Amino acid sequence: MTTQPGEQTHIVELLRSRRETALDRWTELAGAELRGRLSRGELRGELDDLLSLMLRALDGPDAEAAHDELTAALSEMSRRRARQAFTPTETAFGVFALKQVVYELVTESGSNRPRLTEELMAFSHTVDELGLLTFETYAATREQVISDQAEQLLELSTPVVKLWEGIVAVPLVGTLDSARTQVVMETLLQTLVDTGSLYAVIDITGVAAVDTEVAQHLMKTIKAARLMGAECVISGIRPQIAQTMVALGIEFGDIVSKASLADALEYLLARSGVRIVREEAG
Amino acid sequence: MTDAHEIRHEIRIATGDDIVRIRRAVRTVACAARMSLVDRTKLVTAASELARNVIGHGGGGTVRIERLISPSGVSGVRMVFEDAGPGIPDVRLALTDGWSTGQGLGLGLPGARRLVDEFDLQTVVGEGTRVTVTKWTR
Amino acid sequence: MDRVPILKAGDVLLVSIQTDLEDRTVMALREDLAERIVRTGARGVVIDITAVEIVDSFIGQMLAGIAAMSQLLDARTVVVGMRPAVAITLVELGLSLGGVQTALDLETGLRLLGAGPLDGGPSEAQDRR
Repeated sequence: MTTQPGEQTHIVELLRSRRETALDRWTELAGAELRGRLSRGELRGELDDLLSLMLRALDGPDAEAAHDELTAALSEMSRRRARQAFTPTETAFGVFALKQVVYELVTESGSNRPRLTEELMAFSHTVDELGLLTFETYAATREQVISDQAEQLLELSTPVVKLWEGIVAVPLVGTLDSARTQVVMETLLQTLVDTGSLYAVIDITGVAAVDTEVAQHLMKTIKAARLMGAECVISGIRPQIAQTMVALGIEFGDIVSKASLADALEYLLARSGVRIVREEAG
Repeated sequence: MTDAHEIRHEIRIATGDDIVRIRRAVRTVACAARMSLVDRTKLVTAASELARNVIGHGGGGTVRIERLISPSGVSGVRMVFEDAGPGIPDVRLALTDGWSTGQGLGLGLPGARRLVDEFDLQTVVGEGTRVTVTKWTR
Repeated sequence: MDRVPILKAGDVLLVSIQTDLEDRTVMALREDLAERIVRTGARGVVIDITAVEIVDSFIGQMLAGIAAMSQLLDARTVVVGMRPAVAITLVELGLSLGGVQTALDLETGLRLLGAGPLDGGPSEAQDRR
């Protein structure tokens, strides 16, 4: 912060002497639209803490330490706002509103001090910096939330299921992108090791489209499984996808492809020496 | 970021034994950059291939391994392999699968390139070669 | 230099690689195996790489070389326990391991060689040469 302690004495005095009024007004402005995400009391408590730290940072014996604390408290508040689904504007406005509060206080006091304009400018600058800090923390937190969710979604959407002793399947649904396919590949191969399964089915019945990169990933999975001593079968390639793959020049070479998951299971049961016999009725 | 280059190794590459030391160093840095097991394995393998290249074609050299943090906060690892060997007359050919002047399979450079995110090769015939590779933490 | 120990169980030789391999160690292993196959008349070799964290093109070539060599000496080689991360990396690298037979784990590997699981554990004493 560029502000030197003592530079804003009048404003600090005003905020100290009319603290409750200032807090009420700040809470009112910052909490115009809380929509139940936060109670007014909670908000006032937060702002109260911020105000104390700010006053100490502006004009206290431990200004520097207080400033660090203030930065930390603001960042923490912005992180909470991001998780409470406040918009970045709402979050930053909560801080900027303090300028309005101070301006009103100064006007009301009717003060006519010589350096008042400079003081107000400096104060406004300080609040701007704090507001921007809020914004930055907010954005970083949102990014974190989004990437966390994307990761959770990845985990959720790639279940590997056991079909039979030694046979696992991964039913893929939706849009396959490169990142997700890669996760599927790794999960599937690890499951082969963990369960000691020799056979795997990659079922793409529920997949809308396959591009070159995704097809390459599938191919690599199958090759990697082979290197590990396991065998992968693909099932449920839809006609459109088959056509796309041919058009893209993707060759599946000597890879086994079956029409449905059931066909693939039947094939692999036979491979592992299991015979299915229908019992005679009667 | 202040700690962007906090981990940094510089290792001489002269004999086959150095390759094991390089693999260990790369693994440590990749762990520090919180890379997944698969990405770590890819990076260590790329390092192994490139170190072999330095010995086989460059007559020995050095590798610098460092942890990176991009401006947007993404972690990564960068490795710079340098030798003062004969250089590579035809870079495009050297980056083609199956092409090799040594007794290897010719997978060294093109294979290593596929295992990393960024690959840069600078070479001057008669002066030497520098390969810089980067892999980012996903 | 460390030498990789070679165990013998029935007519199968068992090699379990436990460390990050130095090139010289791998080359020594190939020589040792050739000699042991001839001396013992082993019909199969199982190389367990469960503990191996990376296989680069040199080590991959060596494994393929061991398999080819053992075949000439009338013994089949199976590489077992390759980790998923290693397999994915090898595919990306473009290495197919030639004609090396692989198996998920030791048990499957032994079954492939017709040796069956080792009920009582390895019966022969370990031979470190």
